[in-house]
Amino acid sequence: MYKVRRWVVRHSRMFEIIYRLFEPVIIRLHPLWNLLDYARVEAPVKAVEKRVKGFLFDCRMCGQCTLSATGMSCPMNCPKTLRNGPCGGVRADGHCEVKPEMKCVWVEAWAGSRRMKYGDRIQAVQQPVDSRLKGSSSWLRVARQSADKPTSVLHEGDTK
Amino acid sequence: MKFDDEPVPGYSLPILPGHVSPGRLERVLRAGKFAITSEIDPPDSADPGEVLKRAAIFDGYVDAINATDGSGAHCHMSSVGVCSLLTRVGYATILQISCRDRNRIAMQGEILGAAAMGACNLLCLTGDGVQAGDHPHAKPVFDLDAMSLLKIARGMRDEHRFESGRRIDTPPRIFLGAATNPFVPPLEWRPHRLAKKVAAGAQFIQTQYCFDIPRLRDFMLKVNDLGLLEGPDRVFILPGIGPLASARSARWIRDNVPGVHISDGVIARLEGAANQKEEGKRLCMDLLHQIREIPGVSGAHIMAYRQEHTVAEIIEATGVLEGRVPWYPGRDNPVELNPESPDALPQEAECLVE
Repeated sequence: MYKVRRWVVRHSRMFEIIYRLFEPVIIRLHPLWNLLDYARVEAPVKAVEKRVKGFLFDCRMCGQCTLSATGMSCPMNCPKTLRNGPCGGVRADGHCEVKPEMKCVWVEAWAGSRRMKYGDRIQAVQQPVDSRLKGSSSWLRVARQSADKPTSVLHEGDTK
Repeated sequence: MKFDDEPVPGYSLPILPGHVSPGRLERVLRAGKFAITSEIDPPDSADPGEVLKRAAIFDGYVDAINATDGSGAHCHMSSVGVCSLLTRVGYATILQISCRDRNRIAMQGEILGAAAMGACNLLCLTGDGVQAGDHPHAKPVFDLDAMSLLKIARGMRDEHRFESGRRIDTPPRIFLGAATNPFVPPLEWRPHRLAKKVAAGAQFIQTQYCFDIPRLRDFMLKVNDLGLLEGPDRVFILPGIGPLASARSARWIRDNVPGVHISDGVIARLEGAANQKEEGKRLCMDLLHQIREIPGVSGAHIMAYRQEHTVAEIIEATGVLEGRVPWYPGRDNPVELNPESPDALPQEAECLVE
């Protein structure tokens, strides 16, 4: 919901802290996910993730969440699905070129990032979206990837 | 300024040490000259003569010509088509490529094709939304954004790899550019966003229309503070300017063209003038003079949509080329003139006599 997601961005610092507590839990549950089989838990975890993140961030389930690097403003809500910052079409009032009734996702992202401890991640160049991951769980991907590459856990903080 | 190896149409120049492309734009910029670029309004036609006619208007005044890619989300002749026609007779072109209409497979193919046709400069753009154009019902693609396109293009050139990692035999020798708009929100992030584009591979920048010198000055100061204007990986910045036809058209542009910031003061200046068109041109000259004085600016990009003939006048009047005559086909030998140039010699009729 538009109002909820704007509220979230205004409280991006709090959500950053929540996620930094939540991520290690998901990662530590890797043996459980593995035992139950990642393919089988995908559907229920995805359903929960979609509800929670859909409510909070208007999540589009791109499957490669980058919220902690975008000030808690989901870039997939940008009509151009830009992953690296605002286009040049932002209106003088900070609203979107395509949807004038909506505040630019990236104007929000910048404001959100300024409130976060690790907000400067917004300055790093993000990879283009892998369209195969659309609709899959980002949480499980983080868990599996960190288990595969234990040293990269911190780096994976890019995902949420 | 004359290079001792001026182009022969159809053949590329040697790549100078420290350069990435054989193009003249890179040479002029790295030589520290004030570069001028302009853009062609691509025809709604399949007529090659029309493209050459539109290019001839800039003969002797510009260092490179931008070929727009469906600008304003309107359908026109493709930028690769325009570039191919122009490079054939020797013009320096800047291929614009927008993420709106193609996915990464198409765009990488386009880069190779354009480079093979002699395009030496690539301007990576996100593109206006489809709602702005004549096909609002089209599917917006946006598989990549300008940033990832830059990074991929750089990988193609420097690492000889497609995004997939597959190898490219002969890489595209291209000078990479991007756009920036220092005049719209979030203003404080814009210099940092430019830094991000430079990190992704941008070597030159053309900006959106500038009508606000203090804002540009402020932006340039911050860009300089970020260290983007020095070293081998420095970026060359060409602010965009253009003549406004009237106060009415200025208002229309402000309300309808995404991302153009025109202050009330500018509109009032046009409104107060007896001849608004002349005043628009004078305003453009004033802006060019002021831009020239801003430290760190490397040139200017003149967008004179439907007023292309004024570009020559603006450059003459301001003297920004300092007597330099950028190469164009026929500059040194009138026989080589672009056949659509008004000064072209009448072509001898080709006979099929045996």
